[in-house]
Amino acid sequence: MTLGMINANPVVHAKRERIIRSEDIHSDDALDALDVFDSVRDIKDPEHPYSLEQLSVLSEESIAVDEKLGRIKITFTPTVKHCSMATVIGLCLRVKLMQCFPPHFKVDITVSPGSLANEEAVNKQLNDKERVSAALENPSLRQLVDECLYSNELYSY
Amino acid sequence: MEKPSTLISHIEAFVDSARVLNQHAKSVDAISSLIKNDLLTLEALVREMELYLTSTDHIIRGRGTLLLAEVLNCLLEKPLDSHTISILVEFFTAKLEDWQVLWGVLVGCLALLKRTKKFGMVDNSDARTLAKSFLINVQVQSLAVRDRKGDDLVYGICEAIDEEKDPRCLMLNFHLVEILGHLYPDPSGPMASFAQDIFDILSRYYPIYFTHPKDDGLDIKREDLSKGLMNAFSSSPFFEPFVVPLLLEKLSSSLLSAKLDSLKYLNSCLYHYGGKRMVKHSRVIWSNLKDVIFNFSPERPLLTDELDVDMKSEVNQIRMEALNCLETALSCFDFSEQDSFLCLIIDDPDIGTKLESLTSITSYSGTSAEIQRDLSAIGGIFTSIAKVSIYCCNKVFLKFFPCLMDVLGVSRNHSSQFCITNHKTVHGGMNFGALFLSVELLSSSRELSLVSNIAAEFIAESKSWFFMLKSFSMDLCHVLGSVLRTSNTSMVASEKEGVLCAVKGLQSLSTFPSSCSPISEGCYEDVLEILMSIITGRSDETYLWNLSLKALVQIGLWIESASGHDSARGICYNKVVEKILSMLQTNDSMVSLSLKLVAISEIANVGQYVLSIIRALEDAIISSLVACIQGGLKSSDSLVGLLECYTSRVLPRCCTSGSFDDVAVQFSINIWNQLENVSVFNTDVTMQNVLDQVMITMKLLVAGCTVENQSLILKKAHCVILSMDFLKTQPFQSIHGIIALSCRDKWIASLFGSVVIALRSQTPLTDMKGILNLFLILLPEGNLPAAQALASMVNKCPSSINEPEISARLSLDQACEDILKLCLWTLESNSHLKQYNFLDRDICSQRSIVLGMAWVGKGLLMRGHEKVTEIAMFLMKCLVSDSNEDITLQQQKENGKGVGMDANSSLATSAADAFHVLLNDSEDCLNKKFHATIRPLYKQRFFSSMLPILLSSIKESGSTSKKIALYRALGHIISDTPLAAVLAESKKIIPALLDTLAISGSETSHKKIVYSLLLVLSGILMDDNGKVTILENIHTVIECLIKLISYPDLMIVRETAIQCLVAMSVLPHARIFPFRPRVLKAVATALDDRKRAVRQEAVRCRQAWASIASRSLQF
Repeated sequence: MTLGMINANPVVHAKRERIIRSEDIHSDDALDALDVFDSVRDIKDPEHPYSLEQLSVLSEESIAVDEKLGRIKITFTPTVKHCSMATVIGLCLRVKLMQCFPPHFKVDITVSPGSLANEEAVNKQLNDKERVSAALENPSLRQLVDECLYSNELYSY
Repeated sequence: MEKPSTLISHIEAFVDSARVLNQHAKSVDAISSLIKNDLLTLEALVREMELYLTSTDHIIRGRGTLLLAEVLNCLLEKPLDSHTISILVEFFTAKLEDWQVLWGVLVGCLALLKRTKKFGMVDNSDARTLAKSFLINVQVQSLAVRDRKGDDLVYGICEAIDEEKDPRCLMLNFHLVEILGHLYPDPSGPMASFAQDIFDILSRYYPIYFTHPKDDGLDIKREDLSKGLMNAFSSSPFFEPFVVPLLLEKLSSSLLSAKLDSLKYLNSCLYHYGGKRMVKHSRVIWSNLKDVIFNFSPERPLLTDELDVDMKSEVNQIRMEALNCLETALSCFDFSEQDSFLCLIIDDPDIGTKLESLTSITSYSGTSAEIQRDLSAIGGIFTSIAKVSIYCCNKVFLKFFPCLMDVLGVSRNHSSQFCITNHKTVHGGMNFGALFLSVELLSSSRELSLVSNIAAEFIAESKSWFFMLKSFSMDLCHVLGSVLRTSNTSMVASEKEGVLCAVKGLQSLSTFPSSCSPISEGCYEDVLEILMSIITGRSDETYLWNLSLKALVQIGLWIESASGHDSARGICYNKVVEKILSMLQTNDSMVSLSLKLVAISEIANVGQYVLSIIRALEDAIISSLVACIQGGLKSSDSLVGLLECYTSRVLPRCCTSGSFDDVAVQFSINIWNQLENVSVFNTDVTMQNVLDQVMITMKLLVAGCTVENQSLILKKAHCVILSMDFLKTQPFQSIHGIIALSCRDKWIASLFGSVVIALRSQTPLTDMKGILNLFLILLPEGNLPAAQALASMVNKCPSSINEPEISARLSLDQACEDILKLCLWTLESNSHLKQYNFLDRDICSQRSIVLGMAWVGKGLLMRGHEKVTEIAMFLMKCLVSDSNEDITLQQQKENGKGVGMDANSSLATSAADAFHVLLNDSEDCLNKKFHATIRPLYKQRFFSSMLPILLSSIKESGSTSKKIALYRALGHIISDTPLAAVLAESKKIIPALLDTLAISGSETSHKKIVYSLLLVLSGILMDDNGKVTILENIHTVIECLIKLISYPDLMIVRETAIQCLVAMSVLPHARIFPFRPRVLKAVATALDDRKRAVRQEAVRCRQAWASIASRSLQF
């Protein structure tokens, strides 16, 4: 697809400690940002054997959840401004969320403002239902997404 | 092919030892060139040489073997097939035993081992056997031939181990070198001259870098290799000039494992090479160790165990190993060497400056990690030095202790007045660094005093650590006390450390051996006073309080272990125990009762006080029990707490000390006395808690006694029984009919039941008839202890009585008959047993009888008595009988619809739950603790006999309400039987189990059964045979699980149902594929579950089922 890597030498950050939720038998566990973050933090970067969390593409703070309105909003930050992988990352996020959360949630995925040169175009592409499903029918793209989602060759530092 | 004759001439030329050397060489060349050019095969050669190789003349045999070996040596680059090689290896391996031809064999072995892969190599197993044989035969025998073969042998081994890569061989090689080292300790011997060569070979492996896959079946770990190499390194002091520089070089490696290894090796080498050889390295060793210790010490010297140690375990290991090294180094040097090494350490300018900066810091809160690390490093170094010997301890004390004391503001004079003279102790805050280091020195000197005998003259010597410690101890003690006094309630980490240090210091001060205790009796009392004041006055500071309590217990244990020659201190300590016990009586609000009980049960760790503690607790219990039953106690909580502490924390300590029986008899008879004396009981509702707890206590007391003592208690209890209120109106031997129990009667009856439950089977029940009768009257009243006592009686009663003279005892069969009268269903109205008619009883008493019968049945079932079938039939009757419905109809007419329905279903439900009682292990009675007779596999037997009956009656039953009860009973039976037995019947079980789940799934009251059945189902799913059965019923199983995904009452049911579905996703795809869409759809709803755990499980399940076809979730 591309010659050489887009960001050959990314900055790797430490993983955050996993929070083990305490069990409360009597109350309901509302869906919150940490739930969403827990489900997407280990997605592998398309280019590197690091997770999105390690590359600081995502954090718990960049996720907003409104359970009553049924909305999940994720804002992610590509590592470099001209990152052509942003759409793949967005696609991975969407597939993962489709798997992990009930279909009645409306999922908005955007890149964080000012982090990408063609920000608007990418945002539009990421939230276009037709284009997402078309992308998922593309076998090579599908394979790339699956690799990111199910990879277990993450380096842990 | 070459003519045999020329070949033989060559062979003969070589074998003849009279010929000159170059003739030998010529014949070897000739033969090997024949083979190289394929004119002769090795096999043919061996065949030709047969005579020479097996000759009885050892010279000819030796020459023959050597020839073969030399030829092989020339054929290193000639491809040979593996078969030939393995035959040759076998030959040489066998020949290793033949010491007269050893030379030739060795050359041959070497020639074979040198072969590379390209031309056919010795395979691993052969090499292994060879090396083994080598070890067995050569090592032992080489002692005899050392003079001749020594050099060759060492050289040979050198060659053999060179470049070896197989871990198994490596292990052998390392071992080989180790043995060599021990074999040739002579400085002019072969080991000395070959040391460098061997080291060159060995050093390549260091540090061991081992990346073998885990399951290669070899079972050799990196640690094993590393240990082997370490032993090899330290086997011979001749390695010293090479090893030490290498180790020190690797010590500076950044790889943690290499560092750790280096330290371990260094330690071992120091130990084995001895001080003489190592002394020249001492300067370098110290500077290296210093680096390691300062860099790898924990940041919080004391609270490390509160941080997660696991994460830094390697770092911690490195530190420990470095300190070990330091200790070994110090202890392996001679006196003068030790002295110079010691000076090197304690006069080290780094330590001096660091110490100075540490002791000049005023506040330790918020200091940098580096300072903390320095502190713990210096503490570690001090401890290691002081532990080595008295001399070292003296040195380090002389050098540092006075100045530490100075910083703490402790004066050397014996003035008991503690005065703050030093300006460094500002704001009342102690210098933590000095505090920490002095406490470290203190505790390590204590450890030293434990292991070494300290002579009297040494104590008097003014330059000894002991003298110094003694002169400071009084004030040091007060300083530590003041640290505790001034510590505030808000405990930040640094404050905690100060407190921990001070408590540790006080504890060390008061636990020196009596021959060399640095503190006076008065001071000792002060220490106890300080700790006690915390126990009594500062219970709100949990951390401090717990520490003090622990220290007190340790001091007590110390006194106990050193009792006899330390009686003065023992008396001091007695006062402490008395004070703690007196806290029970006083009703102050300073310390809560639960904390008092914690303190008491901790002190009970000190064996000699157990009895007095028990006594005090008993007094407290009895007085508050009397108050309670007379109605003079506001809250029963304190009594329950006391009883709990008594039974679960203090009583077990009694068992180990052997005084249990006396205590138990006394206390239980005491309780009975109280019951006897109080004539009217308080009828408060809260009494039930107390009664339950008293019953537990009584059971445990009785259960632990011997047969004789149990009889004593039983006798007493029997006397009290006779004073029961209702017996005023009718004699004990012939009580009948429905009786009204007063509160006192209820207590007495329940406690008597408890006594009977806990009896041993050998203990004779006097007046068994009367007791049985009493319980039989109580049982329909809903008295559970009576039912359990009956069950215990039938469980333990001897099946036949040999002594007919004891007429009061009943045989087991008679007892059963009496009991089973309760289950008589309907009777002719003119029968003399009319009173027992089950159907005439009201619903409450019916239910009590059902439950009671379940217990009795359990007792019978556990001993394997056949009468249990009658009880089972009775329960079945309750479940399905038509007359059951008759009652309903009657009662519906009488009471109106709702109540009647309730009563009907509740009797059936009771009968169903009775099966749970029958099969479930109980804590209350009929277990090992209470001496039950337990026949192996009784559950399995009952299961297999009941299963067909239940299944057929389910088939026959018409109405749904009856079905529900039957399924409930089945559910109990299935879930309470061990899984293995259920699996064997899985074919029959599965359909019924699924029906049960389907029916129970709609009832809230069944949720426990649903869960346990689901667990059984998942158990079947995990089993290979079970899977087959599941597959036969796959449709129903999946339908059932899908229904349970939305089970509203119990989260864990939903979670387990989804887990079962996950487990099913690995069944053969062809069978489960048709269900994929349904499962995915059902699981999708669980993504929206209220509970997080269910949602996460649902994601997993969805993944598993989706990936059957593709990862796409579109279907």
